[in-house]
Amino acid sequence: MDLKTKYLGFELKHPLVASASPLSSNVAGVRRLEDANAAAIVLPSVFEEQIEKQDKILDHYMDFGTHSFAEALDYFPEPEEFKVGPSEYLKLVSEAKAAVDVPLIASLNGDSPGGWTNYAKLIEQAGADALELNLYHISTDSSMSSSDVEKMYLDTVSEVRKQVSIPIAVKLSPFFTAFAYSAKEFCNAGADGLVLFNRFYQPDYDLDMLEVVPHLVLSNSDELRLPLRWIAILYGQIETDFALTSGVHNHKDVLKGLMAGANVTMMTSELLKKGVGRIDDILAKLTKWMKKRDYESVMQLQGSMSMKHVADDDAFERANYMKVLQSWKEDPTGKMY
Amino acid sequence: MGQYLTIDGNEAVAKIAFKLNEVIAIYPITPSSPMGEWADMWSSRGQKNLWGTTPLVQEMQAEGGAAGTVHGSLQTGALTTTFTASQGLLLMIPNMYKIAGELTPTVFHIAARSIAAQGLSIFGDHSDVMATRAAGWAMLFANSVQEAHDLALIANASTLKSRIPFMHIMDGFRTSHEVSKIKILSDDNIRAIIDDDLVRAHRARGLTPDKPVIRGTAQNPDIFFQARESSNLLYQEVADIVQEYMDKFALETGRKYKLFDYIGAKDAKRVIIMMGSGAEAVEETVKHLVAKGEKIGLLKIRLYRPFSVEYFLKALPKTVETLVALDRTKEPGSIGEPLYQDVVTALAESKKDMSKVQVIGGRYGLSSKEFTPAMIMGIFTEAKKKKAKNHFTIGIVDDISFTSLDYDATVDIEPDSVTRAVFWGLGSDGTVGANKNSIKIIGEGTDNYAQGYFVYDSKKSGARTISHLRFGPEPIHSTYLITKANFVAVHQFGFLERYDILANAAKGATLLLNSPFNEKQVWAELPKEVQEQIIAKKLELYSINAYEVAKSIGLGNRINTIMQTCFFAISGVLEKDEAIVKIKEAIKKSYGKRGEAVVRMNYAAVDASLENLHKIKLPKKASSKKTMQAAVPDFAPEFVQDVLAPMMLGDGDDLRVSALPIDGTYPTATTKFEKRNISLEAPVWDPDVCIQCGKCVLVCPHSVIRSTIAEEKEFATAPEGFEYADARWQGKQEQKYTLQISAEDCTGCTLCVEVCPAKNKSQVGRKAINMEPVAPILEKNRQDWDFFLSLPEVSRIDEMQFNNVKNVQLLEPLFEFSGACAGCGETPYLKLISQLYGDRSVIANATGCSSIYGGNLPTTPWAKNKDGRGPAWSNSLFEDNAEFGLGMRLTIDKQVEYARELVIRLKKTIGAKLADELLTCKQIDEKEISEQRARVEKLKAKLKGKKSSEAKDLLSLADILVKKSVWIVGGDGWAYDIGFGGLDHVLAAGKNVNVIVLDTEVYSNTGGQASKATSLGAVAKFAAGGKATPKKDLGMIATQYGYIYVAQIAMGANDTQTVKAIREAESYDGPSLIIAYSQCIAHGINMAKGMDQQKNATLSGYWPLYRYDPRRKDEGKNPFQLDSRKPKISFKDYAMQENRYRMLYQTNPDQADELMAHAQEIVSERYQTLVDLAKKGK
Repeated sequence: MDLKTKYLGFELKHPLVASASPLSSNVAGVRRLEDANAAAIVLPSVFEEQIEKQDKILDHYMDFGTHSFAEALDYFPEPEEFKVGPSEYLKLVSEAKAAVDVPLIASLNGDSPGGWTNYAKLIEQAGADALELNLYHISTDSSMSSSDVEKMYLDTVSEVRKQVSIPIAVKLSPFFTAFAYSAKEFCNAGADGLVLFNRFYQPDYDLDMLEVVPHLVLSNSDELRLPLRWIAILYGQIETDFALTSGVHNHKDVLKGLMAGANVTMMTSELLKKGVGRIDDILAKLTKWMKKRDYESVMQLQGSMSMKHVADDDAFERANYMKVLQSWKEDPTGKMY
Repeated sequence: MGQYLTIDGNEAVAKIAFKLNEVIAIYPITPSSPMGEWADMWSSRGQKNLWGTTPLVQEMQAEGGAAGTVHGSLQTGALTTTFTASQGLLLMIPNMYKIAGELTPTVFHIAARSIAAQGLSIFGDHSDVMATRAAGWAMLFANSVQEAHDLALIANASTLKSRIPFMHIMDGFRTSHEVSKIKILSDDNIRAIIDDDLVRAHRARGLTPDKPVIRGTAQNPDIFFQARESSNLLYQEVADIVQEYMDKFALETGRKYKLFDYIGAKDAKRVIIMMGSGAEAVEETVKHLVAKGEKIGLLKIRLYRPFSVEYFLKALPKTVETLVALDRTKEPGSIGEPLYQDVVTALAESKKDMSKVQVIGGRYGLSSKEFTPAMIMGIFTEAKKKKAKNHFTIGIVDDISFTSLDYDATVDIEPDSVTRAVFWGLGSDGTVGANKNSIKIIGEGTDNYAQGYFVYDSKKSGARTISHLRFGPEPIHSTYLITKANFVAVHQFGFLERYDILANAAKGATLLLNSPFNEKQVWAELPKEVQEQIIAKKLELYSINAYEVAKSIGLGNRINTIMQTCFFAISGVLEKDEAIVKIKEAIKKSYGKRGEAVVRMNYAAVDASLENLHKIKLPKKASSKKTMQAAVPDFAPEFVQDVLAPMMLGDGDDLRVSALPIDGTYPTATTKFEKRNISLEAPVWDPDVCIQCGKCVLVCPHSVIRSTIAEEKEFATAPEGFEYADARWQGKQEQKYTLQISAEDCTGCTLCVEVCPAKNKSQVGRKAINMEPVAPILEKNRQDWDFFLSLPEVSRIDEMQFNNVKNVQLLEPLFEFSGACAGCGETPYLKLISQLYGDRSVIANATGCSSIYGGNLPTTPWAKNKDGRGPAWSNSLFEDNAEFGLGMRLTIDKQVEYARELVIRLKKTIGAKLADELLTCKQIDEKEISEQRARVEKLKAKLKGKKSSEAKDLLSLADILVKKSVWIVGGDGWAYDIGFGGLDHVLAAGKNVNVIVLDTEVYSNTGGQASKATSLGAVAKFAAGGKATPKKDLGMIATQYGYIYVAQIAMGANDTQTVKAIREAESYDGPSLIIAYSQCIAHGINMAKGMDQQKNATLSGYWPLYRYDPRRKDEGKNPFQLDSRKPKISFKDYAMQENRYRMLYQTNPDQADELMAHAQEIVSERYQTLVDLAKKGK
């Protein structure tokens, strides 16, 4: 069975990519993922805020309380140099690159243009094969319009594009008014691929402490359907690569993603929950499924169920919504609610 | 061409010391600490000495230990040095005798400082070095930063050749901390002076089993004397050797030094002889006056010991009629100070006829007292007299023994070519840092010379800083503060209402204000006195709202870059555009290594500054309705009004000798008169949300939050709007509870808000206590606070037990409004102790933070209750505090014993019942203590007027019959390091003392040097690469005795356990040791979260809470109780909240990982040990 696929210009041995997670946060982990047969590896995101805030915090505490009191003009020895900016991340990139042969995709998370985008260049110099640019913005400012946000995103992509020559994949949230248009714009701004979708971690309330607390829930297969639908819609409309992320847990999820038009499918939650050995399990089942149905290659099924290629393209549009509503039947027992 | 750098004296000296040594033993003491810090940092970076190897730097537990280590290192042949000052040098004296007696070459670099006498002083004079004169060391004095750099080399060369050890001395602060542009010696320069054969000769004399010798023998009366005389010839050669190296140095560098450098008229009739930084000011004055035809001169002494009469006489003009010997030290009871006596002796012994020379001695500049051209002129005027005043003082007004000389203080001789700028800032706003930066910009970026000297506050929170900067085309010798500034910047607008800042502004000077008001409002907001001075002196006024600019850029309250830019924009020191380029270069240099984001932020500040700077058009008349504020209220006691208030205003220099207590005894409870108003926000109470738990009261480091309960009738006269609520106490529901805040004393730390557990049900972001702007509530707050203080105190003999936080909050704190840092982790413990036992406590306080915020003048925080009782407090030294406290205990024990004997003897006079009650009352609680106090009053009444000696004795001792509580307070530097030997002995002695160690895990007061309490993995000074060894487990060591009460506490982790431990410790009739986790700004944490961090320390298992109570053994119980649960978070989770751990990840992540893993192992291992201990039976 030919499982090969192409993503961001790389020929991958199969379509299962380990996406950003704690599993790839150190060199040993990256090596483990390669040993487990991941086709490519995305490193955890380094955040714009993380880089900038970390440096500003360091700056704050190195100066905090200094030059106030005659006996204690400062409180810390001043090192010759600090590993500021994304230095630790760059170290991970270069060491991981040296340790593995599969394509290594670094990930940079931010939302607005600024000086931080030159970190992309440093990441390229450190040896990353590609860059996943994770655009993550919670628009809480009521004076900021959707077009302001979109412009900010696009400017960011353009700015990063200027910094690097390696391929850029842009990871997006699904929350766009006109997603297809926006997706195209991102590609025009310089994206070589789109990664759909970013998961938003919603905070929760602690009722005892009356506090807002972070709450992380790993994905499940149900979450697959949103990226599945959008990749299916965009496939063939926009000339770009697609990576499906969120909700990939088994070979069927992978198959669905590929059929919608994804070049690769990305996994995190499944690997975190059940271990990196799942890559080979899923590949085996994927192969078996394809063999049983006489598929020859992954390329063959890629996009086969995209909106462009299905007979009933209403399925992806508004009509499908009606169908879903109409498919609902009143509970005859009256017990369900 | 040598390299020019603008650096301070400490760095200038450390550079040479590092180059010329192989081993450096260090211990922190102000003002010499930075020399050790530089050496340690360079060593940790692997920098090399002259021979291409990195010196080993070893921190010791005390200066005595450092001297011992140096001695051992020298004896085995390594080039070795140390740095010290003051009491530190005194602790080295025994070793110094040995080192000299064994003819061992070494140089100790000293930042000379006062020795504590009637009070401690960290500032500069020669008391310390003069106390070591007999040790047999050469003493080489450097008068400026350049000289300190140069003479460090000459001292090293000379000691190697002469084999006589050298003290290389600069003046503490005036030289050690003055930033000055100097020419740096290159390695080639140093190599040209240092003879490697002499280094090898030193090495060859080292002890080695390959050529064994014995040194350090015990000698008997038969030979000791002769042996002591055997090295005389070497001492005689020192002067020639030093001069020889000075001459070599001059050939190498062009800078000429002589053992006795004469400046002035060749035919001078009046000559001052002296050493140290003051000589710079004299040189400046002499040149000024000689140019006007005065026949005067200055003889600067470089080599003071061995004192060369020959060189002295050779340098002294033959025409001299009056020779003034100036000493920067005092030897009470002597005929005169050391230099005076040397000069008199030298002239008396001279073969030439110098008998006609009038020699007078004078004291100047003690504890960095200003020494100005005006004073120097006063001295020369006095020296004109045929019978000039001998043993005079200058710079003070001595109206007791009339030693002081008069002088015209208005004299100013500074040339117009020197730009003189004075900046008034807050420590936290970055003013000093920016000024140091400006000096570098001008000093290293232009041909100008530059000088910076910085005056700091006595408080640690809201501290005022005054920077004095000079720039000019010639080297600057003005070793005194600026009195005629042509640029004045006020970085805190509020200062204008409190200090007479413009008194030192020259006519036509430029005045720059950081104003919260816009350019149209600012004039009207100035006090009338300030407006009048601005108009009279024709000042040019500029204004900027720097806080607003800083906030908009994300700089918080750091206005340094903004104000620096404004300075360059309007001072004319540099052309504006050139200055902006240079500021940006400096920003890149200073902040580049902290990341691009930081650089960008500061660049933005530069640009925004220029856009927001405004020149203010001045009206012709002052019209403000505002006036300057009095330092203290009218009702303050006379001593506060007359003595402390001038000190608060910065006018302490004007106080006459008679104004001051002669033995260092000061009234307590004076901070309440100094309303500092340093926080823009203060907590405001919401009684509807409050659950009256008392946690905010407990944690407030400055005792500004108080609470009480009282009958409702007591509130009848309360000011309108005074808040109170129904008391939530069992059995007291009919009473009212109130919680009040003194906004004027608040430092704005917000610890109270953070610990408040009660949330507003409608807005969970608000609590029972919330920060609000002070300005709108200030007046009302003052009235409420005054009324609160008038409410009756909660009765201490109430049925209420003060054994929990809720009840303890109601007790009056007798420790209030200290100058500790905002959010200090130490002071809440002291306040708690003062609430529980303050009215009967004697406190011995080790030198350190707690002695500074506890005892630094002008005002001090230990307070008194309405009966006039409160803690009696004293600080002896750093190293001896446990012993000092034990001494207090012994006095009390002895006096109690004698008083009880007298009660028995005088039973008939007293009455048997009263006597028996006095003798049998155990005073185990507040009720019994109160009853005993009443008995003592009865006793006094009965004894009053009795004439027998015994009755008089008992009357004088009666109060001792009320139980006293002895507290020994100090930090970890004292308890774990320098004072450990004494602490161990005192605890072992079994007496009833209560020791509390305020453990910040570093030497906080001297700037965060590592102690043995510093934890593994933490970065601290002297542990730049992260401390590689675990924290000493002081508590567990103490438990080994079996009869010491030991507790480890952390208020933020468990306040109930804290209260319990303190009460148990105090009640234990034996030694107690409490180790209290204290967050500190040296940890690099958000101080508002200090209590959370205490909790994290305990949650991680790093700071387990426990109590070891020997009394439990008698009850058949396990004396050890583990009070905290098994770790819930990792050590790393706790540690990463603090810069001290985090920064290692940003410098050496591999090392950080390794140390963090090791630290976790230690934490787990130690916790398990405690679990095992708690499980054990009795």
